[in-house]
Amino acid sequence: MTDLTVSPPVLELRDVSVCYRMRGRAVPVLSRVSLSLGKGEVYGLVGESGSGKSTVALAVQRVLPSNGYVSGGQALVNGRDVATLDRAALRQMRARDVAMVFQDPGRALNPSLTIGRQLAEVFEILGSAGGEALRRAEAMLERVRISAPARVMERYPHQLSGGMQQRVVIAMALAKDPSLLILDEPTTGLDATIEAEILDLVDTLRREFGASILFISHNLGAIAGLCDRVGVLYAGRLVEEGPVRPLFRAPRHPYTVGLLRCLPRPGLRKNLAPLDTIPGFPPAPGSIVAGCVFAPRCGLADETCRTVDPPQVALGEGRVSRCHHHDRVGSLVHEAVRAMPAAQPAEHANGTPVLELASLSKTYGTAPYAVHALRDVSLRLMPGQTLGLVGESGSGKSTLAHALLGLIAPDAGGRMALDGAVLAPEVRRRAPEQIKTLQIVFQNPDSALNRSHTVRRLIGRAVTRLGGLAGALREAQVTRLLEAVRLTARQLTARPRQLSGGMKQRVAVARAFAGNPRLVVCDEPTSALDVSVQAAILNLLAELQAERQVAYLLISHDLGVVRYLSDAIAVLYLGRLLEVGPAANVLDGPHHPYTEALLSAAPSVTGERSGRIRLTGAIPSGINPPSGCLFHTRCPRRFGPICETEEPPFVADSAGHAIRCHLPREKLGRSMAALPA
Amino acid sequence: MRGALGRFFLKRLALSLLTLWLLSVVVFFGCQVLPGDPARAILGPLADPRAVAALNQKLGADRPPVDIYLSWVGGLLTGDMGQSYAYRAPVAPFIGSALVNSLKLAAMVFAIVVPIGIGAGVLAALRAGRPLDRVISVAGLSLTVIPEFVSSIALILVFAVLLRWLPLSASWPPGSGALVQIQHLILPALPLAIVLFGYIARMTRAGMVEALAADYTRTAVLKGLPWRTVLSRHVLRNALLPTITVIAAQMGYALGGLVVVESLFRYQGIGSLVLGAARAKDFAMLQAGILTVGAFFIVTTLAADLLTTLLDPRLRTGGRR
Amino acid sequence: MTDSVPVAEPSLPVIPAPAPAERRGRGILGVLLRSPGFLVGAVILLFWTTCALFAPSFVPYDPYADDLLNTLQPPSVEHWFGTDQLGRDVFSRVLVGARDILTIAPLATIVGTVAGTAIGLITGYFGGWVDAVVGRLLEVMLSLPLIIVALLVLVALGPSTPTVVVVVGLVFAPLVARTVRAAVLTERHLDYVAAAAVRGEGAPYIMVAEILPNILPPIIVEATVRLGYAIFTIASLSFLGFGVQPPSPDWGLSIAENYGVLVGGYWWTVVFDTIATASLIVGVNLVAESLQRALAE
Repeated sequence: MTDLTVSPPVLELRDVSVCYRMRGRAVPVLSRVSLSLGKGEVYGLVGESGSGKSTVALAVQRVLPSNGYVSGGQALVNGRDVATLDRAALRQMRARDVAMVFQDPGRALNPSLTIGRQLAEVFEILGSAGGEALRRAEAMLERVRISAPARVMERYPHQLSGGMQQRVVIAMALAKDPSLLILDEPTTGLDATIEAEILDLVDTLRREFGASILFISHNLGAIAGLCDRVGVLYAGRLVEEGPVRPLFRAPRHPYTVGLLRCLPRPGLRKNLAPLDTIPGFPPAPGSIVAGCVFAPRCGLADETCRTVDPPQVALGEGRVSRCHHHDRVGSLVHEAVRAMPAAQPAEHANGTPVLELASLSKTYGTAPYAVHALRDVSLRLMPGQTLGLVGESGSGKSTLAHALLGLIAPDAGGRMALDGAVLAPEVRRRAPEQIKTLQIVFQNPDSALNRSHTVRRLIGRAVTRLGGLAGALREAQVTRLLEAVRLTARQLTARPRQLSGGMKQRVAVARAFAGNPRLVVCDEPTSALDVSVQAAILNLLAELQAERQVAYLLISHDLGVVRYLSDAIAVLYLGRLLEVGPAANVLDGPHHPYTEALLSAAPSVTGERSGRIRLTGAIPSGINPPSGCLFHTRCPRRFGPICETEEPPFVADSAGHAIRCHLPREKLGRSMAALPA
Repeated sequence: MRGALGRFFLKRLALSLLTLWLLSVVVFFGCQVLPGDPARAILGPLADPRAVAALNQKLGADRPPVDIYLSWVGGLLTGDMGQSYAYRAPVAPFIGSALVNSLKLAAMVFAIVVPIGIGAGVLAALRAGRPLDRVISVAGLSLTVIPEFVSSIALILVFAVLLRWLPLSASWPPGSGALVQIQHLILPALPLAIVLFGYIARMTRAGMVEALAADYTRTAVLKGLPWRTVLSRHVLRNALLPTITVIAAQMGYALGGLVVVESLFRYQGIGSLVLGAARAKDFAMLQAGILTVGAFFIVTTLAADLLTTLLDPRLRTGGRR
Repeated sequence: MTDSVPVAEPSLPVIPAPAPAERRGRGILGVLLRSPGFLVGAVILLFWTTCALFAPSFVPYDPYADDLLNTLQPPSVEHWFGTDQLGRDVFSRVLVGARDILTIAPLATIVGTVAGTAIGLITGYFGGWVDAVVGRLLEVMLSLPLIIVALLVLVALGPSTPTVVVVVGLVFAPLVARTVRAAVLTERHLDYVAAAAVRGEGAPYIMVAEILPNILPPIIVEATVRLGYAIFTIASLSFLGFGVQPPSPDWGLSIAENYGVLVGGYWWTVVFDTIATASLIVGVNLVAESLQRALAE
């Protein structure tokens, strides 16, 4: 941390409130947020969706949506109130002092101009002439570690990968050497290994450029790894603030405590303990809350909390909490009170697998434009167990799920079997028994639930089709399913848009369980949800599994989620299985270099963003895959020409842990900390 | 990448030819098969059956339809569009001169409406939600839905009958210069321009609003660029591209409107030719005229597609389509 | 900073309100009733519908009765809108003239919307060669100006009311189909369609029970917009002599009959029909536009 007393803070918010006008009503989005950023400091602003964290950035730059306005307080950049700037001064501020990087770089770049043109523009505003501006633009691309910058200059945005686009946007932001850089969810939507690359880049560049950074994210791990100080936003209020390590180690606001406990940490497993959750829901924007906003969900709330809005309490060492009981948060009991299922599923090592895939391949298109989405994938899943399927975009995870569900037909030659019986490639050729045995929970409940149907109809139709029930029996079953996913009959007449994200996903889960399935494909079941909601859904899935002996094929890019629920893990890359084995063996190692990279890419809240192994370069395209080992173009452990010419064998050890690598097992990486809970 | 572009052009061209062929089948079906017995349709229900048979033979309508179709298409390929029953002369020269006249009128329409329509759309988007936007939107909406014959009558009353500023007839005296021709074309062009104005303004406004709200525009504003530069370099470029296709599609509409306007103003264009042929049941003329209109539309949409592809780097450099 | 964004700045998207959702249906009606455009349009439509239904019983003169002694009389106390070339009362004819167009246009719109929705659902849902073949045929239809297609078929079959209804309906079907297909393509990629397939639902169920309810708003908007164009097209056809046939007092037909005497200064023979046509179409479009806005909110 830098000394804050000498010069005015680079950014200072004094009691800033922002409202949006909606249907003639002023809806407060931020209320009295105060924070300040010293020179060279990195400040993390963390919050769940709807907390108002992005609004902070928009307000600072005066680009709020047309229905938004600052209703109180001041935002000062380098000591100057941005509200008082006239048009020229505002443009000056944007041109020189403040830079911004948003989520979704693909949309932040103008699709009809070359990268060079868009980047040179920044230098032209600062006074460079055409040739000079282009030269400096190219130099700037080099500074964000883009190899072959001259070629990238000629490209249009759509010709670059997502990670590359975000580098360009960052280059554009840093080109003016700003005193303040605002990053708003800069890595959301990028793959884990690319995200790690970008975060590393930001970490390096902050030292090179010395800009102060306001880093806005929902990702606690990313914040912990990058920031000096952190502020926690809840329902438009800054509830806690302080230096990042101490704050995450010993939070002093119940919301922060809940947020941290929700995360599936290493060592936590479904059969050991449930995840903590935060009960209830955040208040609807604009609702009038007497007292503390968090009180309705807080385990410590008492009469004071419900009537008196807590003041900001300075706790010393730069820490601030907005809680009446900040000194008692350590005594918060763990929320989840689920009794652990008494009997764990027995090991069915020799029984019939519920699912067996043999040599499954899927090719889209025809040569020379064929894309091999799946190559020769063989997997087994035992009843009542979870197989975690991990991979980045283009790895074939979704293709595998869709083939399994009969939505796309795999190439001839492969075999799918459910409970030992062959599974036809198309749904309509499958026996009703098989259809009911195999169901799915999709990633995004907004897409997966028909928005014109009520909950009763959504679940009821599935009960009719999959459970074969009608009339009163059907109603009874719908009620039972609602109870199983912790919803009540009150929700029966609701349509999806009237439910919260977590409730919608519960409806989707209930629907999948309508016919007592033996295998449910969970396709990124929590990635559209906030962490506090995610924990509750993961608990629900674990409970249902223990009660009903259902097997899961869990597709996820989040290793924390996979670790919590899986008994076995498979790693896919460009449609090829690189590693498969019992969960503990895959997580502890020896790892395939790609698995190792994935594991170290995931930032942890303890703040040690282990720099052990990083990948460079984009994920290759499936149209033109690398020769030899598919991973060799990005592999940090590549050791010889054999990697480029010969596909490695898939060798399993006695525990059934198979790795596809030319390196001998003893030379492969292992987890440094496979610590128990 | 070049190869991909070339392939796209070829594919698009092949599709257009396919559409053209299907169009010829549809038009042929409408003019030769649907009426059942062309001579009966021409001579009326009371005519002597022998006269009907004789006329059918003369028209060549007594042959199997496939034969008639093949000889028609064969003729078209050699520039022979058949014989007009009403004029007792070859069809082709009529089509040729009528098409030239209609193109002059259409050019006039577009010269009036494209700049005004795009200008109004851009202006409305820049003042989105403000009174000027409402005025442009409401005016555009109301004008678009007024049939040409309705607005023609209003315009004729005001400009030709009351004020006598513009000539009532669209046909200029033979040998007139360009200026006189233009003067004669203004009045007939206005009703079509009025109909098209609202449409073009609306599409332009939509494109502009989208581009103004786009993330890349916010990026440009946050670069500290002057608003003028943001607008010209980042917004207009992306907003106006889709408008090209819209304008091209409206060409086809304008040709339909010509039927009404040309007959109202007694102008010898393709529209009045088609209408005259329809009234006279001159099927050879009718099918040639309709095919010409359709073919013209197909060519303009093809041209617009190719132009959009050339101007849009996302399409030009292959990949997403 | 309250009023900070300069006039020329981009208006960034409005953050959608978290829908207080159970009131959505009432909400749309509420929005409509508060929109002046909708109210004006609805009043116009109501007026002409009343005329179409009841005008013959309250107009002052028989709209079909010639009075050759009183031809081309200018507007007066006896004849508010004057008389036409046959001495018929223009006022009575204009009011009764709403009848034919307000019968044919809605019927044609229904034909076009139903046919177009069916085509759009099927092509959008199945895709592949079905979509390619049908799509190509629709494109051929769309490559001809609507009025010319209608003209072609009406010449071949002879103009009669049922023919006009079917022809205009079928001419509109490809346009409706295009809108519906686009909407289906968006829905098709949503997971609820996949979820239905995974439970073993058949294509008809998925199309009608799952997808159709979600694409009703654009279909309703499209239908009202089409109604405006149906009036436009049918009026134009009548004007050209291929729509409503004499002796109907239909507006387009009347304008065609009296247009010849306009140059002589007998403006009242056409002006009132012109205003009537324009007002009806503008009324329909005001309703369509308000509906579109209300559904988009």
